[in-house]
Amino acid sequence: MTVTESRPESSSEPPAARPRYRFVGTRPVRHDGLDKVTGRARFAADCDLPGQLAGCVVRSPHAHARIISIDTGEAEAMPGVKAVISGGDFPAVAPGDPNYDMGVNLMARDRVLYEGHAVAAVAALTTDQARAAAAAVRVEYEPLPPVLTIDAALDPAVGAIHAHMFTSGADPAPTEPSNVSQLTNFARGDTEAGFAAADVVIEREFTTQPVHQGYIEPHAVTADASQDGKATVWCSSQGHFNVRAQTAAMLGWETARIKVVPAEIGGGFGGKTTIYLEPLAVLLSAKAGRPVKMVMTRSEVFRATGPAPGSKFRVKLGARSDGTLTAGKAQMAYSSGVFPSYAAFLGAWTVFESYDIADFEVEARNVVLNTPRSAAYRAPSAPMSALATETVVDELAQALGIDPIEMRLRNAVSEGAINTLGAPFPRVGFTECLEAIRDHPHYGAPLGPNQGRGVAAGHWFNIGESSSATVNLNEDGTATVVTGSPDIGGSRASMALMAAEELGIDVYDITPVVGDTESVGFTDITEGSRATFATGMAVVEACRRVVADLRGRAAKMMGVDVSEVDWADGSAVHAGGEHDPLPLAAITAEAKKTGGPITVTGSLDAKGVGPSFAVHLCDVEVDPETGVVQVVRYTAAQDAGTAIHPSYVEGQIQGGAAQGIGWALNEEYIYDGDGVMENPGFLDYRVPVASDLPMIDAVIVEVPNPNHPYGVRGVGETSIIPPLAAVANAVAAATGRRIRDLPMSPVRVLDAIVNSGSDSTDSSSSNG
Amino acid sequence: MSRVHVTCTVNGDETEFLCDGGQTLLNALRDELGLTGAKEGCGTGDCGSCSVIIDGRLTCSCLVLAPEAQGAAVLTVEGLASGDDLHPLQQSFLEGAALQCGVCTPGILMAAAALLDRNPDPTETEVRYGLAGNLCRCTGYDKIVRSVLAAADSQRTTSQRTNTEETA
Ligand code: FES
Ligand code: FES
Repeated sequence: MTVTESRPESSSEPPAARPRYRFVGTRPVRHDGLDKVTGRARFAADCDLPGQLAGCVVRSPHAHARIISIDTGEAEAMPGVKAVISGGDFPAVAPGDPNYDMGVNLMARDRVLYEGHAVAAVAALTTDQARAAAAAVRVEYEPLPPVLTIDAALDPAVGAIHAHMFTSGADPAPTEPSNVSQLTNFARGDTEAGFAAADVVIEREFTTQPVHQGYIEPHAVTADASQDGKATVWCSSQGHFNVRAQTAAMLGWETARIKVVPAEIGGGFGGKTTIYLEPLAVLLSAKAGRPVKMVMTRSEVFRATGPAPGSKFRVKLGARSDGTLTAGKAQMAYSSGVFPSYAAFLGAWTVFESYDIADFEVEARNVVLNTPRSAAYRAPSAPMSALATETVVDELAQALGIDPIEMRLRNAVSEGAINTLGAPFPRVGFTECLEAIRDHPHYGAPLGPNQGRGVAAGHWFNIGESSSATVNLNEDGTATVVTGSPDIGGSRASMALMAAEELGIDVYDITPVVGDTESVGFTDITEGSRATFATGMAVVEACRRVVADLRGRAAKMMGVDVSEVDWADGSAVHAGGEHDPLPLAAITAEAKKTGGPITVTGSLDAKGVGPSFAVHLCDVEVDPETGVVQVVRYTAAQDAGTAIHPSYVEGQIQGGAAQGIGWALNEEYIYDGDGVMENPGFLDYRVPVASDLPMIDAVIVEVPNPNHPYGVRGVGETSIIPPLAAVANAVAAATGRRIRDLPMSPVRVLDAIVNSGSDSTDSSSSNG
Repeated sequence: MSRVHVTCTVNGDETEFLCDGGQTLLNALRDELGLTGAKEGCGTGDCGSCSVIIDGRLTCSCLVLAPEAQGAAVLTVEGLASGDDLHPLQQSFLEGAALQCGVCTPGILMAAAALLDRNPDPTETEVRYGLAGNLCRCTGYDKIVRSVLAAADSQRTTSQRTNTEETA
């Protein structure tokens, strides 16, 4: 394989200030690439064991119902059936238990809470037999009225889904249960005075519907429970240590009884940070005494796994005539499906976070509905909050006659600005991203008829958490780097690049491996854009200790003091020059004589995350006859800190942009009046296809994170934040109509064009 | 239920397998023949991750019954390379970083191979429509489209060179 170092498709220039690295910043073919282009790579559904059974889940047809009885007798008597389980087979969970939500979500107990909720599961010799048996499980339901919209959930007259749920964060504490699980308030300064100081104030309402992460690989698991009370689980996830912990908790087992082997993961985007099938498969396997494999259908994926929340906001911003934002006010609601989540908190945190606004008030409610429990989706909650803020900022710029980038440059947060939580921003690259877009040829390019251009920004704070890495040097001078982070988009290559840089050996002399839960130290989920940042730090730490060890051994071999030995370009170098340099391979070849095998582990809880900002620029063409919106040109600039493998940084930027465009234009969960999902398939839930999109020009901005050895910020999430508003602003520019309810489907766009009621000037006021 | 005996060619090899009458070709490839390169992303013909080439035609193997493969020539991603030589598309996908998670990759490679077979010099738009039946949720398609165009280029250069050598 060859190392390709060209940067054909990126218009980003490597900044002059950046240190020169030998490997970091190059574009080697990824180590696991060959397996993935030849069909060899084993994803979750590709793992099979001899004698395995097929498992199938029985799911609720009702959005909300009491379970009167479950009769599995008929199913158990069917040909090939080896085990049937239902809620009673799991440890009891009481409302208020930390495991309650996940436990009840895995398998309904006394009630089903959304259409698709699991009520029983069957294992049989073949998939057909398992499906037939699942259909023969008799469940008697007493339907209950479902709560299906945010408005209904906020209505105190509508009964609470959970009798034990009292709004947390409310003051005074409520005495009645409700469908508002949590309330977040943030405030700074004097908002009324801030609005009074503004020359223009604009207030708008927005709605978005739940959307699915849409990973192409459905959830799948193979579990093998053995007679000693242990179980091995093969599955794809964003974190196999988390799968182990959650599966153990759900079964009431000690963690050590479960080993999780990570399969290749076919996309996650946040949706594979939780579990659905694993405890079911383990329990079925334990009951049947044979391995059990379970694979979700696409319809199950839509109906029972994590969409991102829907939202409803009212956002108000004021600005002086020079463009300075003076005050903001946001009332927000997120629906997290049937159980509480942090959605509202994250939305409240992010809604005004990109701008230095002196006075603001944010009130956000998390509500529960009889819809599937929501899961994380790339920068959870921020795409919706940015839709609101970035649209209103755009309208303010328009009202004030200020260029939209200039408007943002005037208010952009920079190092030292105080964020919503009250902490100062570290060094960030927001201004640099804005400038990159302003200076890009796209920004001033001419537009055709029916076309419009929109710009929007966004950022994600990113997280650190725990990671482990083990570096084993082999006798021949190559290295194996084992980490606990599943490779969801090229992270093996990033780990190898950082290790190569540290050790000074070729990137292909390094074999990056994702270890199972028994072969590498604990590592948190691949989420929060943390893998390259935090697991990379663990790799660097381990490599630095390896180098210290190598220097010591070289000193022994040279017969000098270790203080006289440096490490440079993959060799131990004697400072005085009296000894020839000892390349790494020469030291590993003699390892037996100098102290035995060289193997080091780095484990850490990573601190010093670097927030990543992005600015997106979008041109659309709107067909005035049909309302169809086509994105015709797209440019996205994002601060990566340092791009370890620029191709995969571009890939994260492009992929997030495409998902955001789908969210803006097409994607939504559609329910009928009874809460039954009407579009649980890729035909009716339409994610963007190749012909829907243009090239997405990814501009990598590099403002290194001072707290990472290579300046990494983490890039996985930010890219999905700006597109919703960028597309909406472009549609507004093309049509003169603001559409604030997503998705901007042809029907909606056509309606906005034909019916001029929804124009861009309602409810703005001028103080001036 | 008695099993159906099917004889066909898979990746150039004469192959026999037993399957159920209602089993899809995708299932037979994966479960009976152990060829797990083709994936089931939807099972309803909407995602293309199960794409294979049957008698020269790009097909969703989740929509074909296994017994229908009787007598047919089936090409899956496992048969795309010739020995150690990767198909130009495989090579360009690697070099162009056209995959992130890689679960869509086998299907997209087959769709791209079928496209280049009928149109060795496609425009960007033709590539986009040629791949419109294959979902990729990770890449935004940019690097995939570029890699298909690059493979088309390299295939044409190679075949031009071969033609020139032959005529010389
Ligand atoms: S699995 Fe065949 S098209 Fe999706
Ligand atoms: S690379 Fe993940 S779906 Fe295409």
